[in-house]
Amino acid sequence: MHEALKPYVGKLPRSILEEIEEKCPASKIKKVAEKALEEYNTAMIAPGEAVGLISAESIGEPGTQMTLDTFHFAGVAEMNVTMGLPRIIEILDGRKTLATPMMEIFLKSPYNKGKDIRKCALLVKETTLGEIVTEFVIDIVDLKIEAKLDAEKMALLGLTPARLAKAVSKAKTLSKEASVKENKEGNLVLKLKGKEEKGLNDLYKLKETARDVYVCGIKGVTQVLPVKRKDEFIIITAGSNLKKVLDLDFVDPNRTMSNDIYEITENFGIEAARQAIIEEVFKVIEAQGLNVDIRHIMLVADTMCVSGAIKGITRYGVVSEKASVLARASFETPIKHVINAALAGEVDKLNSVVENVMLNQAVPVGTGLPGLVTKVKKGKLK
Amino acid sequence: MAQKIDVTKHVLVPAHTVVSEKEKKKIIEKYNLKGIELPRIFKDDPAVAHLKAKPGDIIKITRKSSTAGESVFYRRVTSA
Repeated sequence: MHEALKPYVGKLPRSILEEIEEKCPASKIKKVAEKALEEYNTAMIAPGEAVGLISAESIGEPGTQMTLDTFHFAGVAEMNVTMGLPRIIEILDGRKTLATPMMEIFLKSPYNKGKDIRKCALLVKETTLGEIVTEFVIDIVDLKIEAKLDAEKMALLGLTPARLAKAVSKAKTLSKEASVKENKEGNLVLKLKGKEEKGLNDLYKLKETARDVYVCGIKGVTQVLPVKRKDEFIIITAGSNLKKVLDLDFVDPNRTMSNDIYEITENFGIEAARQAIIEEVFKVIEAQGLNVDIRHIMLVADTMCVSGAIKGITRYGVVSEKASVLARASFETPIKHVINAALAGEVDKLNSVVENVMLNQAVPVGTGLPGLVTKVKKGKLK
Repeated sequence: MAQKIDVTKHVLVPAHTVVSEKEKKKIIEKYNLKGIELPRIFKDDPAVAHLKAKPGDIIKITRKSSTAGESVFYRRVTSA
């Protein structure tokens, strides 16, 4: 960094310092920095300004123009993505179950250049028995089912009939009902268990449960889609399970992401979640062609992450954390709050805005914030 | 199949460091803190678990910011 800029470190943000250094001739740096600091200080928001209110209106107004629909990826396969207002509401409410959970899985080299991309994608996808079986042959005489396997798919998934039989027999839905073995032709044979008389109906039921038995892959991932982005391949999935995906050895654990904020908090911590909220919300706003300053979103994200865990902007989330009874009651379900406060003997210190508005007092924002500070002179009054 | 994951290297995770006692005093003075006003972070948060921070410590977080280039943020460690 240039010598003349050193005194400004800490006074000006880094991005401005870098810009000055890059664009200014060395002889003028000092003057420019001086002027920049002056400008910066006048542009800075004043103490006591109600920034939350500004943010609320700045996000809220363009929000009225957002579409209410969910869209498909145009052209690229059938995959649903929640966009627009519903997605924003989902993020800011801090919902635990998303309408369309998704992951973006980045791959390590050489897989990100397209090596075995299909195989990688298949390993991520949750596979059920029904998908690798070409035909279920029902044997009415012996009351058993022969499942003919798709050898090609098996090879792609790295499965052998013996291993498959083991995996299938472990399944909770099946283990009580039937025994699973492989036969000479390399197919699976499912046989009904139990001493009591079993009929054809049970056999058909068994066939249906067998279809949905989990075989391999990552639970919760219902669709996979290898996509080329810039000059590398990534896998986009429908369904999210970050923890399991990060364990796979061809996955790049440093860039793989989910759109589920709670999963991010669990795996990468609260700061990563804050960043994810900002990026997810901004992505939606940008996609809608709206223009909201990112600082407003940052403020909201910060508010949601203050407690160390995600708190949605709802009466169960950030509002429930407010110290003032009146402020909580002014949001939603007032009677509940008032009654509970009365039972607990809560005291309202009237330190914030809403409660003072209710009581018709000066509000501690803007010019209402500073108190009078004065030094009392000793001595007699004249 | 399992690989060891270093959470701190993820693109979403900014640098976390435990603040020294001396610096802690400076922060408390600068922001006129009376105790618990700082935003919180759990001591078993994946991003600070390896720092072995105790409740009451202050964590300095250096975020990469799209507006300011780099911004510093503080959180107080709490137990669960």
